[in-house]
Amino acid sequence: MSAPDAPRSFQEIILRLQTYWASKGCAILQPYDMEVGAGTFHPATTLRSLGDKAWAAAYVQPSRRPTDGRYGENPNRLQHYYQYQVLIKPSPPDLQELYLGSLKAIGIDFDLHDIRFVEDDWESPTLGAWGLGWEVWCDGMEVSQFTYFQQVGGHDCQPVSGELTYGLERLAMYVLGVDHVMDMPFNDPQTPIALTYGDIFRQTEEEYARWNFDTADTAVLLKQFEEAERHCAEILAQEAHDPKTGKRIVMAHPAYDQCIKASHMFNLLDARGVISVTERQSYIGRVRALAKMCADAFVQTEAGGWTPNAA
Amino acid sequence: MPDLLIELFSEEIPARMQRRAAADLQKLMTDGLVDAGLTYAGAVAHVTPRRLALSVQGLTAESPTTTETRRGPRVDAPQKALDGFLRSTGLTREQLEEQDDKKGRVFIAKITQAGRPADAIVADVLDKIIRTFPWPKSMRWGAGSLRWVRPLRRILCILSDEDGARVVPLDVDGIVSGDMTEGHRFMAPEPFRVTSFDDYEAKLKRSRVVLSSQERAEAIWQDATNQAFAAGLEVVEDAGLLAEVAGLVEWPVVLMGKIGADFLELPPEVLQTSMKEHQKFFSVRDKAGKITRFITVANRETADDGATILAGNDRVLSARLADAKFFWENDLRVAKSSVEPWLDALSNVTFHAKLGSQKTRIERIAALARELAPTIGADPDLAERAAQIAKADLSSEMVYEFPELQGLMGRYYAEAAGEDPAVAAACQDHYCPLGPSDDVPTAPVSVTVALADKLDTLAGFWAIDEKPTGSKDPYALRRAALGVIRLVLSGEISTKLLALLRVATENHLAWFTSHDEPLDPFDGIDEADLGQEQRQVKRQALYQKGEYLAARAEKIRAWTGLRISCGQQPTELLSFFHDRLKVYLRDEGVRHDVIDACLTGERTDDLADLTARARALNAFLGTENGENLLQGYKRAANILSQAEENGGVEYSYGADPKLAETEEERALFAALATTKPGIDAALSAEDYPAAMQALATLRGPIDAFFEAVQVNADNDIVRRNRLNMLSEIVRTGEKIADLTRVGA
Repeated sequence: MSAPDAPRSFQEIILRLQTYWASKGCAILQPYDMEVGAGTFHPATTLRSLGDKAWAAAYVQPSRRPTDGRYGENPNRLQHYYQYQVLIKPSPPDLQELYLGSLKAIGIDFDLHDIRFVEDDWESPTLGAWGLGWEVWCDGMEVSQFTYFQQVGGHDCQPVSGELTYGLERLAMYVLGVDHVMDMPFNDPQTPIALTYGDIFRQTEEEYARWNFDTADTAVLLKQFEEAERHCAEILAQEAHDPKTGKRIVMAHPAYDQCIKASHMFNLLDARGVISVTERQSYIGRVRALAKMCADAFVQTEAGGWTPNAA
Repeated sequence: MPDLLIELFSEEIPARMQRRAAADLQKLMTDGLVDAGLTYAGAVAHVTPRRLALSVQGLTAESPTTTETRRGPRVDAPQKALDGFLRSTGLTREQLEEQDDKKGRVFIAKITQAGRPADAIVADVLDKIIRTFPWPKSMRWGAGSLRWVRPLRRILCILSDEDGARVVPLDVDGIVSGDMTEGHRFMAPEPFRVTSFDDYEAKLKRSRVVLSSQERAEAIWQDATNQAFAAGLEVVEDAGLLAEVAGLVEWPVVLMGKIGADFLELPPEVLQTSMKEHQKFFSVRDKAGKITRFITVANRETADDGATILAGNDRVLSARLADAKFFWENDLRVAKSSVEPWLDALSNVTFHAKLGSQKTRIERIAALARELAPTIGADPDLAERAAQIAKADLSSEMVYEFPELQGLMGRYYAEAAGEDPAVAAACQDHYCPLGPSDDVPTAPVSVTVALADKLDTLAGFWAIDEKPTGSKDPYALRRAALGVIRLVLSGEISTKLLALLRVATENHLAWFTSHDEPLDPFDGIDEADLGQEQRQVKRQALYQKGEYLAARAEKIRAWTGLRISCGQQPTELLSFFHDRLKVYLRDEGVRHDVIDACLTGERTDDLADLTARARALNAFLGTENGENLLQGYKRAANILSQAEENGGVEYSYGADPKLAETEEERALFAALATTKPGIDAALSAEDYPAAMQALATLRGPIDAFFEAVQVNADNDIVRRNRLNMLSEIVRTGEKIADLTRVGA
């Protein structure tokens, strides 16, 4: 990857993606301030893919998959990593070309590389969501997920959102020609205080791996799962009419926060190995039930397409 | 005679759906054209990752004009009848003609359907096809409501004849038809105009798109084998992978790379599976069968002859194989120290919610394998051990990653752990045979575990009432039964299947009623819908849940244990086996009624014996002797059964040759005396063809006997003696089959 405009660091790749998608009209949002398993969980994707209002957003989302922790030793497995996420509704007719433009922006030269769209149907059992699309391969490596959302939280997506998800570490390692994630330059390697990915994250990967696998208090996690589950339902059980302001306020987002929390607690419990295969299905079903309730609530809000006349 | 060219240009179509889609487009389009009155000389469909194309040659330019004559009501019929007729024909009173008929003078309507130009018909048919195309999975996109496999971008639809090409106008949800398409996404993306199929195919090739998937596959295979050959190697054949890869590229470029030295020690199946599943690479092996290189197929040419692409693929592969190596080494470490942790982990893996965990399943199979071993000639200890560890690899990291390697990894790990080679082999082979053409294991320990596994599965799903119905067989129970049949037949294993099914059933019922958490396998099913034994199990599960009834449960357990062991399930299962056997033998040409005839007597649970009898009888009936003997035999059996019915007695005393009156009678006695020992000997040796041969020698004497002799003689002693003789013949035949059940 020696083209003259090749990026030199992890952050430069992120910055170029931000600039590119901003230039294509996306609102550049910031990460959601909760622990999530993937960028899709950000309400800017999950909830905003519902209803008929147009939407275009792009953001980095720190994501956690406790079971993938390897104490910072594995060259490309991390329990905490970054996803870059783009969601445009309705999906524009040139979304594939827009996407390819973003690869060009981070220095991938189509005259030398082999880009392929390989069937990959996406499904999130915890979100009650599915879509059709591809994983995008660059020289045999999966660099992105490309999905046309068909259903989210049990609701048909109409119009359909186009979702792009880039696994940033893997993509950046490829573009920068780095073999171990911890060796990847995070900022410009020519800068006086050059930092690698490992300088920033090796220690936290160790700490979290130990905690995720062996130390997290499962009784506490289980309690928090159940509390979040209960709280989510309670929030949504409230009347839409707020007695204090006299306004109609459906609390879809606060309820959805509880759904996110429950999902993360489930992931932690899973990493602790205390969930059997049969129980697993039932936990996933419980989180999905919350996601569905939140989706039901969101379409009853203005952002979700609700209008006073329609009611 | 215009030619029609259609191209439906979309975002990338999944490789696995392409071939079927091309066939569907061709069939739907040509059927639609023909239904609308057009004819055509030929049609051919093509598919690439981004386009479905159809060329129809020699299409008629328009459909013919048709006239239909319809008879109406009589001219003096009430106005109402006339109105109805006008409505149904769409004509006015003035347009009707009159004609004399047998019934009088009636109205006649001549309805003329004007021919339509091909353009309009093509547009109608194609519009409907696009809106209702049978994709296995389709989607919407943007703000539209049209469904296609992935977003549909262009519709090219032209009719071309001597005067040139014209677009067939069509607008499907805002996608307007035209005569433009585009080439390779990266190498030649500019749109261009086409005027005919030949023009289309040629321009596509210039634009770096090979239209024919067959041509792409052939090019890939040829280039791959050439490159491998030049390096003194050979490509591992994989037709499915070749078809898939040909569906991923429009302009195939074959590249060969080396597998890092670190990974060459991995089992070849692991290398092959990892490369195929994750990367869609072909494996390339050396003369010794060792996989040392890979072939990847890129979708473009590059200035550096694919060097960058190959380097990228190589890195991805190394990362993948590093994972595989990590799994392999971890697994070996566990396997070599103790298999117990893997077995324990299987207690958390549910086999089926009502049948418990994989671990309890393994325990049942092991018990059954031990029971079965002596019949098969396997060492019971080895068989039990093999059954205990045969599924341990389900806990391994490698099988978690690559489920298709189950069994095979089990063998590797068992070998590494120093298990007996027969045990290790059983780990791999006990799943076999899966398909009807799979190899059937022959090693006794493997056969034992394979049988125990399948019998346990059948007994289990039968016990929870999950039997196959119609086309539904979600647990592949028919396949399991066929597996048992093939194992038994190929190993010529003489089994008391009924007894084995009883053991397998009791194992399950014991488990239902004994394990800590009382389990109600019939949860949600009404008692009234259950059989006697099932009801007891359900009731007991319910009782056991209530502590206050604990003591009573004990009694019920003792009682149900008794009742259940003589339940109907084993017999029901046996007839399921008989049904499967009929299907299996019918495929090899054994008549249905022949098998039915053999399904009598006491030995029907010995499938090998049953099949031997059926095959021998079937072959015998195919001969002239056989067919004739059957007639004589049936006559004998009829006379005998009538006499026995009328007299209320059984004629089974030995007949006395001294009482024979006629020459023919004596001859039959003599023939019987000479043949019988041979038949008996053949029967006890289970040599049914020989027994049939011997029986056949009776054909002449029997025919002659019936020709000349009246069985029901006036002399009662003579009559009874003759009946006793017939009885001897009939009983002899019955040892093979109830021949009276064989159709003419």
